Amino acid sequence: MSAARSYYQEGGFETVIGLEVHCQLATASKLFCGCSAAFGAGANEHTCPVCLAMPGVLPVLNRCAVDYAIRAALATDSTINTNSRWARKNYFYPDLPKAYQITQYEQPYCEHGRVTFDLDGTEHTVRLTRIHMEEDAGKSVHDAHASWSLVDLNRAGVPLLEIVSEPELRSGAEASAYMRKMRSLVRYLGISDGNMNEGSMRCDANVSLRKRGATTLGTRAEIKNLNSFRSIERAIAYEIERQAEILLGGGAIVQETRLWDADRGVTRSMRSKEEAHDYRYFPEPDLLPLVIDDAWIERARSELPELPDARRGRFVTSYGLSGYDSGVLTASKELADWFEAAVAAHDNPKALANWITSEVLRIANESGAEGETDFSQLPFAPEHLAALVRLIDDGTISGKIAKTVFSKMVESGDDPAAIVAREGLVQVTDEGAITAIVDSVVAANTAKVAEYKSGKDKLFGFFVGQVMKESQGKANPASVNRLLKERLDG
Amino acid sequence: MSRLDELSIEEASRRLASREISSRELTEACLARIEVTEPKVGSFLEVTAQLARQQADDADRRLAATGTRTSDTTALTGIPIALKDIFLTKDVRTTCASRILENFIPTFDATVVARLRRAGAVLLGKLNMDEFAMGSSCENSAMQLTRNPWKLDRVPGGSSGGSATCVAAHQALGSFGTDTGGSIRLPAAFCGVAGIKPTYGRVSRYGVIAFASSLDQVGPMASTTRGAALLLQTVAGKDPLDSTSIDAPVPDYAGAIGTAPTVKGLRIGIPREYFVEGLDADVEAAVRAAIGKLQDLGATIVEVTLPHTEYAVATYYIVATAEASSNLGRYDGVRYGRRRGEEQGLRDMYGESREQGFGAEVKRRIMLGTYVLSAGYYDAYYSKAMRVRTLIRRDFEQAFERCDVIATPTAPATAFEIGSRTDDPLKMYLSDILTISVNLAGLPGMSIPCGLDSAGLPIGLQLIGKPLDELTLLRTAAAYEDSCHWHRVSAELKP
Ligand SMILES: [Zn+2]
Repeated sequence: MSAARSYYQEGGFETVIGLEVHCQLATASKLFCGCSAAFGAGANEHTCPVCLAMPGVLPVLNRCAVDYAIRAALATDSTINTNSRWARKNYFYPDLPKAYQITQYEQPYCEHGRVTFDLDGTEHTVRLTRIHMEEDAGKSVHDAHASWSLVDLNRAGVPLLEIVSEPELRSGAEASAYMRKMRSLVRYLGISDGNMNEGSMRCDANVSLRKRGATTLGTRAEIKNLNSFRSIERAIAYEIERQAEILLGGGAIVQETRLWDADRGVTRSMRSKEEAHDYRYFPEPDLLPLVIDDAWIERARSELPELPDARRGRFVTSYGLSGYDSGVLTASKELADWFEAAVAAHDNPKALANWITSEVLRIANESGAEGETDFSQLPFAPEHLAALVRLIDDGTISGKIAKTVFSKMVESGDDPAAIVAREGLVQVTDEGAITAIVDSVVAANTAKVAEYKSGKDKLFGFFVGQVMKESQGKANPASVNRLLKERLDG
Repeated sequence: MSRLDELSIEEASRRLASREISSRELTEACLARIEVTEPKVGSFLEVTAQLARQQADDADRRLAATGTRTSDTTALTGIPIALKDIFLTKDVRTTCASRILENFIPTFDATVVARLRRAGAVLLGKLNMDEFAMGSSCENSAMQLTRNPWKLDRVPGGSSGGSATCVAAHQALGSFGTDTGGSIRLPAAFCGVAGIKPTYGRVSRYGVIAFASSLDQVGPMASTTRGAALLLQTVAGKDPLDSTSIDAPVPDYAGAIGTAPTVKGLRIGIPREYFVEGLDADVEAAVRAAIGKLQDLGATIVEVTLPHTEYAVATYYIVATAEASSNLGRYDGVRYGRRRGEEQGLRDMYGESREQGFGAEVKRRIMLGTYVLSAGYYDAYYSKAMRVRTLIRRDFEQAFERCDVIATPTAPATAFEIGSRTDDPLKMYLSDILTISVNLAGLPGMSIPCGLDSAGLPIGLQLIGKPLDELTLLRTAAAYEDSCHWHRVSAELKP
């Protein structure tokens, strides 16, 4: 594949990617019945005649799911259609008990949105074709029994949003960054937990290549089963190479659905265009058309929380942070909330931002799952970090000692003041004590003192280091500087 | 009248309320009648005698408390009725006359059934029908043959065949059926009883096994219009479990009909498209005579036109089969149907289960419906049918600018011989030619007896009303009934 890769790297091909993101809405109940939509119950515990598709049952729309869907539409600048319709998507599978999925087809509830995301400091905007609501299917379990497949319908009927982008993404990294932004958005909106490892958020990618500069789209492959950021990047990278090799070998891409096999790191053909399902969509006669009027939209708008882009702007103006730091801090709602909790406890946003973007994020990334930043696993609270910065600001400890205290906070989860007291790390500000150390350092290094006095200014740092070492790092650095200067230059 | 099973619902209700008779006596009379007549007509798929006796005793206790503070009786308390086997009945087997549901015992009641139980009606059993309500003769039942009580070699009409025969044979005082393209009105006409298909959405479909969701509607049958009115007002009204049910107040139909209903000043529309070649001469004569009678009673007759009538059958068989092909997908062998256990994988299991579980007509309609929804055919068939459906609805809207009720024959001919149309689906489909448009337009329609043909078989007069105007239909029908004797002529159960 090296020839293909180099041709690709030389810019011969342009990659065209569109994502279909499926996002499970965090409503209490399912889309068309009263069953719990929560994850993790025993098999088939969250079921009723409706989601079991018993004969004669009928769906009743959960309006809370529509509230959530409207929030997503507003957050992506989408146009909300006053009238939209439900449709049936027909196919046979044991975990689809009605043999059709209720979805939106010809008239989705919203269209023409856009999402802006940041990748390596560059802002990208991707347009959204549409967002629609639909119900999830159940789960087939094939490996629990030797000769039977089992079906768990807890997930059947759970509300989903399908967010379809225009084919405007150009690399796996862009696709992944877009997906991160999407997850951040749904978490900000409080409409989904966005947990990819539980399947609350997953996506399919339509990938094609074309000669750079071409205006028509190449033949695409649809890659399914992308359930982590890493899968998105790896699967797209693999698919780009696979397609590039075929095209460079004079072949043609087959329009098909491919499955990402994360274990083997390849995409495999699932079904060709000819084998594609004919879903026989038609309007769902059991539900009235969905009418979302202005009053409903305005009510949803008034309930909208602050969104990431707005919050980023506020961090710049209210806290005086750089655009970059504000972007990092607002990338997830949890992080931004964490930061603001710390600021509330101690009003030094810049110092807190520095600590969080360097030290805290490192720790959170280490404790989270693959590609995830997990704040719930941090051993200390934002108030602890605020207390640490307060200790620096009021001169109790030096910045250097603070690093030591921080690592002890990570280990023990203890309050920084308690750590400082226990370890005797309080800064020495008693000038008499510091002068004594200065005197002893000068007395012990007469040769270096002579060199310094003859003009070797650089040695000043050496003396500072020696004094700090003698004080076990606890001497107030400003006092050390001043007293040393007086002693050596005087 | 001497026999209790021959009482009309309103008369039985009066006697129950006055304690002249008990529900237990009435129920025993029906059960005895079922015992004698069932071998001839075959209305019932299951007789729930034990449940009926228990409900009758409960009803008698409720009736005994009449006039006290705890009184909770209704006009239906203690009235024995029966249900098409399409209604889910908790703990009572519900098959839809299909092999694929032969062992299905529902865990809950349909909304209609729950409302009937609450009202104190007594459930005698479940009635035969065409499998999944697909048919016009009741011959598509996978379970048994049902015969027309008027002439046992004739079909009772379908799909709610058992619902009509049980009333005509006095096995029950009333019954419920469903009507997707004529399935209440056609058997009502063939068996000489009153049957009403209400406005789409007037009665909840929750717990009613779906055939074609945008057309299916529940309705009652009884020997008299007033009896049908009492049944309808008990079950009608908004149901939060059915999003398509209409949130409109339900009138006291029986009370509003009163003792002396009049048609004075009523404008009755006669659509010329419904009196065409192929219409049986006896049927035409009887229907025209009935219209003449209504005119004598003070109604004005106006000619109206429903120009898209000729497309109704084609439109219906696209819309109904499309919806059916989807509704019946759940019977896939995973939970319903028989499994031999030798199936080779999933596809084979689906194929085997559906091959064995469905009858020929059901398979024919699933294939037709699958075809019309398929990629490349959707626009030519389904989409076009939906547009024609709008035109048919508009035809009625325009006609109703000139009249209050439309009167037509219910069927082009009287009950045909068993087996005479089973090999010719298209001819069978044409039995519904005069009833189908009403479902496509979502309007209320009714059939009442208006005469007998030369062979002694009943003829039905169809009345069609404006949306949610069941009351005008019922009032017109009752005024007609009060002026004639046709509803009092009984079937003799002769070969
Ligand atoms: Zn449920």
